[in-house]
Amino acid sequence: MNPNESRYLEFENIGKTFPGVVALDSITFGCQKGQVHALMGENGAGKSTLLKILAGNYQPNTGRIVIGGQPVAFDSTAASLASGIAIIYQELHLMAESTVAENIYVGQLPTKGFRIDWHKLYADAQRQLDRLGVDINPRTVVKNLSIGQRQMIEIAKALTREAEIIAFDEPTSSLSAREIEQLFRVIGELKAEGRVIIYVSHRMEEIFRICDEITVFKDGRYVTTFTDMAEVTNDDLVRAMVGRNVGDIYGYSPRFQGEVRLKVSGIMAPGLKRPADLTVRSGEIVGLFGLVGAGRSEFLKGVFGGSKKTAGQVFIDGREAHIKSPIDAISQGLVLCPEDRKAEGIIAIHSVRDNINISARRKTLIGGTIINTVWEKENSSRRIHDLNIKTPGDLQIMLNLSGGNQQKVILGRWLSEEIKCILLDEPTRGIDVGAKNEIYNIIYHLASEGIAVVFVSSDLPEVLGVSDRIVVMRDGSIVGELSHDEATEEKTLRLAMIAEAA
Amino acid sequence: MSTVPQTPPAPPGRDEAKGFDYSIIWDKYGMLLVFILLFAACSAFIPNFFSWINMKVLGMSVSVVGMVACGMVFCLVCADLDLSVGAVVACAGVVTAWVLRETDSIFLGVMGGLCCGLFFGLLNGFFISVMKNNALIVTLATQQIARGAAYTICGGVPIGILNEHFYMLGDSDLMGIPTPIILTAVCFIIFGFLLSNTVFGRNSLALGGNAEASRLAGVNVIKTKMLIFALTGLVSAFAGIVLTSRLTSGQPMNGLGLELNAISACVLGGVSLTGGIGKMSTVVAGVLILGTVENAMNLLNISTFTQYIVRGAILLAAINLDQYKQKLRRG
Repeated sequence: MNPNESRYLEFENIGKTFPGVVALDSITFGCQKGQVHALMGENGAGKSTLLKILAGNYQPNTGRIVIGGQPVAFDSTAASLASGIAIIYQELHLMAESTVAENIYVGQLPTKGFRIDWHKLYADAQRQLDRLGVDINPRTVVKNLSIGQRQMIEIAKALTREAEIIAFDEPTSSLSAREIEQLFRVIGELKAEGRVIIYVSHRMEEIFRICDEITVFKDGRYVTTFTDMAEVTNDDLVRAMVGRNVGDIYGYSPRFQGEVRLKVSGIMAPGLKRPADLTVRSGEIVGLFGLVGAGRSEFLKGVFGGSKKTAGQVFIDGREAHIKSPIDAISQGLVLCPEDRKAEGIIAIHSVRDNINISARRKTLIGGTIINTVWEKENSSRRIHDLNIKTPGDLQIMLNLSGGNQQKVILGRWLSEEIKCILLDEPTRGIDVGAKNEIYNIIYHLASEGIAVVFVSSDLPEVLGVSDRIVVMRDGSIVGELSHDEATEEKTLRLAMIAEAA
Repeated sequence: MSTVPQTPPAPPGRDEAKGFDYSIIWDKYGMLLVFILLFAACSAFIPNFFSWINMKVLGMSVSVVGMVACGMVFCLVCADLDLSVGAVVACAGVVTAWVLRETDSIFLGVMGGLCCGLFFGLLNGFFISVMKNNALIVTLATQQIARGAAYTICGGVPIGILNEHFYMLGDSDLMGIPTPIILTAVCFIIFGFLLSNTVFGRNSLALGGNAEASRLAGVNVIKTKMLIFALTGLVSAFAGIVLTSRLTSGQPMNGLGLELNAISACVLGGVSLTGGIGKMSTVVAGVLILGTVENAMNLLNISTFTQYIVRGAILLAAINLDQYKQKLRRG
C-alpha cells in the first residue's frame, strides 16, 4: 500500500485501551471508494473494536478517523450515522413486530400533517427494495423473514440514510448458500456505486471472492495490507495472522496418561452440523479450538446434557453414561464450567459459599433433608484456601469478586464433587494474566490426578501451550486433530479456517 | 471489578476498610426494626391498641394472609409469582364445606380442600415449569378457573357447615392463643425451615438468582418449580379451610385480592421481585407491618376507602426500598 496515496476513509493512529487490555494499538490504514476492504485477524485481534469505534460506540484513546479529508469524531452512534456510516452487525437490530417498510424508515417516517403517510412509506420502501433487487413485500412483518432477508432490510436502511461507508461484521455466518449469493451480488452493486465497503469475515473463500484489499490485525496491532489479490495466498494470510513471539508462560510438561476415561461418539446437538466424536484419556488435557461460532460450546453443552442432544452416546470409564440433563452428568462425574461465566456459571447475588456448595450439598444432608451448615462452611473454606480464591470470606457476594476468582469458585464447586471428566469452556476469558496462570496450574493438577480434561479457548497460543492434544472444530464439525508437538499456530489456524486443509 | 486483597476467612462485610458496616444490619433486620418502631408508636398513641384483646384481633387478621405469604415467598424468590392463591382459598373452602355437607366427615372435608389446593398448585407448576409459560398469565388463568369452580360448586350461595367439631379449627384457643394464630406461626416455622435449611429452599433461591446457572449446576428446575407451586396451593387451601371454619361456611367470594396483599407483605419483608433473595423472618415482619397498619386504621376509625389508598402507598414505598437495597448490595 502506498502511504502517500490518499484514501476516502482513513484510520490514523487509532488506539483503544480497556482496563488492563490494549485492544487497539495505533492502527493506521485506509479504505478506498469502490472497493471491498477485508479486515482479518484471530478472535480478539481488534476487528470488532475498530468497527465499534467507527460506529461511535467506543471513543478511541488516541488517533482520529478521517473521511474525505475531513477529520471526524463520533461521540455517539447517531453522529456516526449522520456522517454516512452504516454497520451491519452479526446480530441484526430490527423491530421484529413491525413491517419491513417501518424498519427501513424508522426515525424518518414520511408524514402528511400529523399522520404517517403510509402510502408514500410503502412506495418508497418498495423502491429501495427493488433497487437492491430483492423480492420482499414492504408490508411483511419482519419476524416472518429469514435472517438473509433481514440483512437486506438492514442494507436498505443504510441506503436510505445515504451511507457512503458500509461495514459488514461476519455477515454470512447464519446465511444459506443462496442468501450468500444474493448478498455478494448486492455488495458488488454497492461497490460499483462507489461506496466504501468494509468486510469482516473468517471465511477465506469469501474474502478471495469479493474483496479487493485485505488488512490483517494481530493482538490489536496493524500487521499489513494486501492490495494485490492476485498475489496473495491462503498461507500468506495465515502467516500474517499468527507469527508472534510468546514466551512459555504455560509451564507445560507431559503427564502420565491412563485408559480412555471419556468417550463421546456421534453426538449431535443444537449448533452442530455433523456428529462429533472425542476421546480423552485419564490424565489427558485435550484442547478444543475453533473460531467463534465453530460449535465448541454447543458440543460441550450437548455432552454435558445442558442442551438436548439428538443423537450419540457418552461413555465414562467404558460404561455408557445416559445423560439427559446436567444432573445426570454431574452424578456420573462429568462436569462443565460454562462459557459465559456471568450468565451461566455463577449466581451473582448469592454468596461464595452457596455458589461452591450448590451441587455437592446434596450428598451431605443431615438425615437426607437438612442442610449441613458445618460441612458447607468447612467445604467452602477449604476450596477458598486450596484454590487461593481472593475473598474476605465465604459469605461474600459473588458480585464483588474479580472474574478470575469467580472462575475459581466454579472450579471449587466441581472439585467438591468426585469428578472423572471436566469440560472447561473458555475458563480464562477476560481474566488477568496472574489468575490465568493459576487456572493453568489447577488444570494440570486435575489432570495429574487422572481426570480427563477438555479445554476450550479462543486464545490460540494458550490452547497450544496447555493441551496434550488439540482437536479443531470448524463450522459445526470436528475437522482434525494435532498432537502437542506437531501443533503450530499456523497448522491449527489453517485447520480452523480453510476447508481444503482437512 | 476490583480484586479484594487476600485475607484469611473473616466475618462477612461489604467493605472491611471502613470497619463495621451498618448497611448489613439494615439489610438484615431493617423491616423488623420498622415493625418494632411502628408497634411502639401505635401502642403509645392509639388507645386500646396495646391490649390483649386487640392483639388477638391483630393476630387473627393476619393469619390468612400470613399462611398464604408462606407459599408466595417461594414463588417470588424463584422469580415467579402466584396470583391464584386468593381464589384457591375460596375454592378449597367451598370444597371442604361441600364435602362436609355431603359426608359429615371432617377428615374427608379437610382432605377434599387440601386436594383442591394441591390440584391447582400442580396445574400452575405444570404450565410454568414443563410448558414454560409465563407465571403471571398461568396463575391469572387458574385464578379465574378456581374462582369459577368455587361459584359453580356452591351455585353462588355460601355452603353452611353444621358439624360443630369443625369450628374448632378456627374458633378455639390453646393457652389463650387462638388456634389460627398458632397454625400461622407453625406455617411460618415450617416454610422458613424449608427455605433456609433444605436443598429445595436453597434451589428455589438459586433459580431466582440465575436460572440457567442453577440448571447447569445440577438444579432440577422442573421438580423444584412443581414443588413450589404445589406447596403454595396446599398452604393456600389450608388457609381457606381455617377461614371456612371461622366463618362456619364455605364462601365463594373469600380471599378477593388476597394475592396482592400477600405479595405486598413479601415485598415489605424484603423479598426481591427479581428473585433470589428472601428470608422468612423478615416476611413475618412484612405481614405484621401490613396487619398493624390496618388494625391501627380501624381503631382510628379511618374509612375502608382511605385504607386502600394507604395500602397502595405502602406498597410503592416498599418496592422503592427494595430497589434501594439492591443498589446498596451491588455497590
